[in-house]
Amino acid sequence: MRVVLAEDSLLIRTGLTTLLTGGGYEVAAAVGDAEALLRAVAEHEPDLVVVDVRMPPTHTDEGIQAALVVRRQYPGMAVVVLSQYVEERYATDLLSGDTSRVGYLLKDRVAQVPEFLAALRRVLDGGTALDPEVVAQLMVRRRRDPLERLTPRERDVLRLMAEGRSNSGIVTALRVSHSAVEKYVSSIFTKLDLTPTDVDHRRVLAVLTYLNS
Amino acid sequence: MHAIGIAFHRRLRSVAFGLLLSALTVVLLGTLLLLWGAAVWSLAEGPTGAPVLTVVYVVTAVGAVLPLSWCSYGLGELQRDRFRRTLAIDIERPPGPRSLRAARAWRQLGYHLAAATFLLPLLVRADLALARRLLGPSQAEALTLRVEALARSRADMVAAADAERRRIERDLHDGAQQRLLSLAMNLGMARAALDDAPTPARVAIEQAHDEATLALTELREFVRGMHPAVLDDRGLDAALSGITARAPFPVGLRVDVPTRCAPSIEAIAYFVVSEALTNVARHAEATRAEVTVRRTGDRLRVTVSDDGRGGAVIGPADGAGAGPAEGSTAGSGLRGLAQRAASVDGTLTVTSPPGGPTALVVELPCA
Repeated sequence: MRVVLAEDSLLIRTGLTTLLTGGGYEVAAAVGDAEALLRAVAEHEPDLVVVDVRMPPTHTDEGIQAALVVRRQYPGMAVVVLSQYVEERYATDLLSGDTSRVGYLLKDRVAQVPEFLAALRRVLDGGTALDPEVVAQLMVRRRRDPLERLTPRERDVLRLMAEGRSNSGIVTALRVSHSAVEKYVSSIFTKLDLTPTDVDHRRVLAVLTYLNS
Repeated sequence: MHAIGIAFHRRLRSVAFGLLLSALTVVLLGTLLLLWGAAVWSLAEGPTGAPVLTVVYVVTAVGAVLPLSWCSYGLGELQRDRFRRTLAIDIERPPGPRSLRAARAWRQLGYHLAAATFLLPLLVRADLALARRLLGPSQAEALTLRVEALARSRADMVAAADAERRRIERDLHDGAQQRLLSLAMNLGMARAALDDAPTPARVAIEQAHDEATLALTELREFVRGMHPAVLDDRGLDAALSGITARAPFPVGLRVDVPTRCAPSIEAIAYFVVSEALTNVARHAEATRAEVTVRRTGDRLRVTVSDDGRGGAVIGPADGAGAGPAEGSTAGSGLRGLAQRAASVDGTLTVTSPPGGPTALVVELPCA
């Protein structure tokens, strides 16, 4: 698997290169700004793009804008955006339309190496990796309504679904049985009036659309 | 008593004539003093030239005293006349003949000299006061100028503090945060790679990794509370959802700001919510909180309410002897918020009866 990496801090760029190489990836290019990223993507056509949000020249949302361009131009390419702070707004931009092959994670998560590599893998496999903090921000907005009807356990399951976990991912995270998870999921979909679907990233989309509406 | 009812032009005329008489007094007495002095001086030196000059000197030295009588009584008459004509005030003439030997002669002369000495400086002073009043700024105008200058310098200071906060945030982001993340990342890699390392080494690495991760989170929380980049970039709504989601209790958030306010105002509104939620988490024992931000015209109204135990008060200013009492930290936190609101002419009010609920309302001008 080939990766193009964009991160303006040399220290982190070097560290991430080592981490990704150790995780079995081939780092085709590691660059420091959005323009260089787009050039490198065009040149190498990697399987995965990992990009930091805050980069020169304005140090605001260059990474998000670059990620959106990549997703438009190369629909099959997996994109993971890293950010010092996760912002629901940026997530909404990034996930609008299609939630497959996309990730948005707090930058600090890279220190949890196995979990970070697992999230990359999930995105590469066509799924979603949404930081729990973003999900929490989305759920703040919908606190007053049908979410109140969910049991605490169902809310946990909803949160994990929004993060992009599959049923087996939820089974591992909550240490419950497969059939229990299936029961929770169908109960959530009924309570929130959502159309059930088996494809994980469509399920994420449904949940996010619901949370965002 | 009289002066109250006297018309301005009459008083003006009185002063003008007074001035004329003063001038006359000075000229007359000056000339007399000059003649007398010259005569006495010449006699003392010893008379030279024609012998008739000696006679003239003697006559002058002795006779110069005689016009003093006229000066005293004659000028006195003129002065009385002045008061009668201009101010319609009659000053009685003292009885008795015009004699230089009478005390009244010297008294009257004294008045003429005093009038000459005082009237002019008084008039100069009155002129100056009048010029200051009419030609310079009025007291209200002077105050207005001062207020404008103060408002300008205060706005500069608020902007400077804002810029400083942004700079610190940027410095921490580019420096300490990246370095700490790099450290945590390397420890994370070591932890993942050294699964089969001897136990003490593995434990040490695990602990170091956990510590680094925790430090990273704490630093992130701290910097996030200062001035988030997303605030400049996307505004209050986007920035607030970050802090409300991270609160350790459920927080409802409603933001109704159709057009954005000035950056310094947004920064204060953000800071208010951030600090208020921190206060609630520390002191209120609340189970939930509500944050509303609404712009009405040129006012931005920020409300943070919670269902905690209440009793929150705005503490004394920093350094004013805030004791170690339990509520003092919450109080000084609120005082800081009130000060920051006041720095842009905003207001902060707290309603917090014992037992709750607590509502904190901050109103800020938008521009």
